[in-house]
Formats: sequence, C-alpha cells, structure tokens
Amino acid sequence: MGALVNLNNSPYYVHLDFFKMSAANLVVIGLMLVVFALAVYLRAPGAKRARRPK
Amino acid sequence: MSSWTVKLREFGMRKLPPEQLLPDSQPAYMTSAVYLFGALTIGSLVVLLLSGTILALKGPTWWHVQGLGHFFNSIHLWAVELFFFFMVCHLWGKYWMAAWRGGRARVWMSGVVCFLVAIPCAFTGYLSQQNFDSQWIATQGKDGLNSLGVGAFFNPLNFGQMYSYHVFLLPLAVVTLVGGHILLVRRHGIVPPIPLSEGDSARPA
Repeated sequence: MGALVNLNNSPYYVHLDFFKMSAANLVVIGLMLVVFALAVYLRAPGAKRARRPK
Repeated sequence: MSSWTVKLREFGMRKLPPEQLLPDSQPAYMTSAVYLFGALTIGSLVVLLLSGTILALKGPTWWHVQGLGHFFNSIHLWAVELFFFFMVCHLWGKYWMAAWRGGRARVWMSGVVCFLVAIPCAFTGYLSQQNFDSQWIATQGKDGLNSLGVGAFFNPLNFGQMYSYHVFLLPLAVVTLVGGHILLVRRHGIVPPIPLSEGDSARPA
C-alpha cells in the first residue's frame, strides 16, 4: 500500500527566525499533545468496571 | 550459615514480595488513561525487540529487497515511532504528576536514564539502515560528535561498530534499565495524583 502522501518530494520545513522544524515532526508533536490531552480527560477502558463496588 | 542463593532469595522476598511484584489489584486512580502510557511503551518495546530480532537474523539485503523484509522493516520503524511517542507522553504525565514524590526519586531517575539510553539506541538504528538516509545521518552525526572529541570511540561512519551497538549493547542496556524501572515501580507503587488537600499522602496505601 502506498503512503497517503507522496514521500518522494523534499520535506516542508516551518522556519520562523531561529526555529526550524519539518512539518512532519510538528504534526507528530501536535498529535502527542492531542493524545495526552485525551488521556487526561478520558478514563481508561474498563474504568467503570473497576469502580463498581463488590 | 546460609549460602548466597538463600541470601539472594531472602533479599528479594524482603524487598519485593510476590504479592507486590505481581499484584492482583491497583488503586482506583489508576483507571485514568494517563497511566496507560507506561504499559504502551513496554508493548512497543516488545514489538521492537521481536521485529529487530527477525531483521538481525535476515540481514540488510532482505529488509531492502524482499517484500516481507520491507514489511518487518516498517514494523520496526513504526514500533520505534510509537515507543518514543508513548514514552514522551509517559514522561509528560509523570512530570506533571511530580512522580518523584513519596520516596520515588529512584523510579523517576531510572526512567530518565531509560529515555537517555534509548536515544543513541534509535540513532544507531538509523545508521544501520544501509541506505542514503543512514549515510547522510552518519556524516552529519560525525561532525557533531567530532566537535565533542569523541573520535573513533563512537564512530557513526563505522557501520560494524554502529550495528553492534544497535543490535546488542544498547538494546541490552535499554531492556535492563526498563526491567529495573518496572521493579522499582512495583516496589514503591504507582504514584497517586497530586493531593487536593494538605493531609493527603503520596505514599501507597
């Protein structure tokens, strides 16, 4: 299966003064922040079952 | 007079009794998804070790040319992506939880060392690809390491040396450190959330 985006082109970089990072790395960092925020907000699978009184 | 095996067993039983090593229940606060990141990191590490073992057995020609080789090469790549992804989320969670509370400084520090040793492990993996990407990274890395005076002691342009580091020395260090980290977590218990009132304790119940 081919990649969803064409990976043969040169990478796109976000460049602001001293800051320079590839867009792909920025996307991964953004994704980590989203996953972390969801983990803080959401309960783990089976949380209701674990809290049920015996 | 008891032998060293008995002394070792008694030490293990005293420091980490079986019910603490393999508990049958966990505190209610562990139902937060934040506590999953450590286990997800370990899961990624297991996939890394299995896929890496297969790649090491088959060799560069296989992972560059054969379809199945490409498949396992990709599994190894994405496992390391997830390994660092979850490890960074785990680090964030523990940092904001101040996971060194309640006598857990060694747990925190061992986790930091795991992270630091995992970085050169991944770096030597990029150098072991045997393609233009690895050549580019090796020459760029060599410039940086030369500026530190590392010389030939750790030479990114030496494929044999980097491959040995990647398939044996550094994975052994990472697995040993992760094992030690898990044992320390078991010994001290998982860190509870930061208490809302002054009276609450960070020590396990």
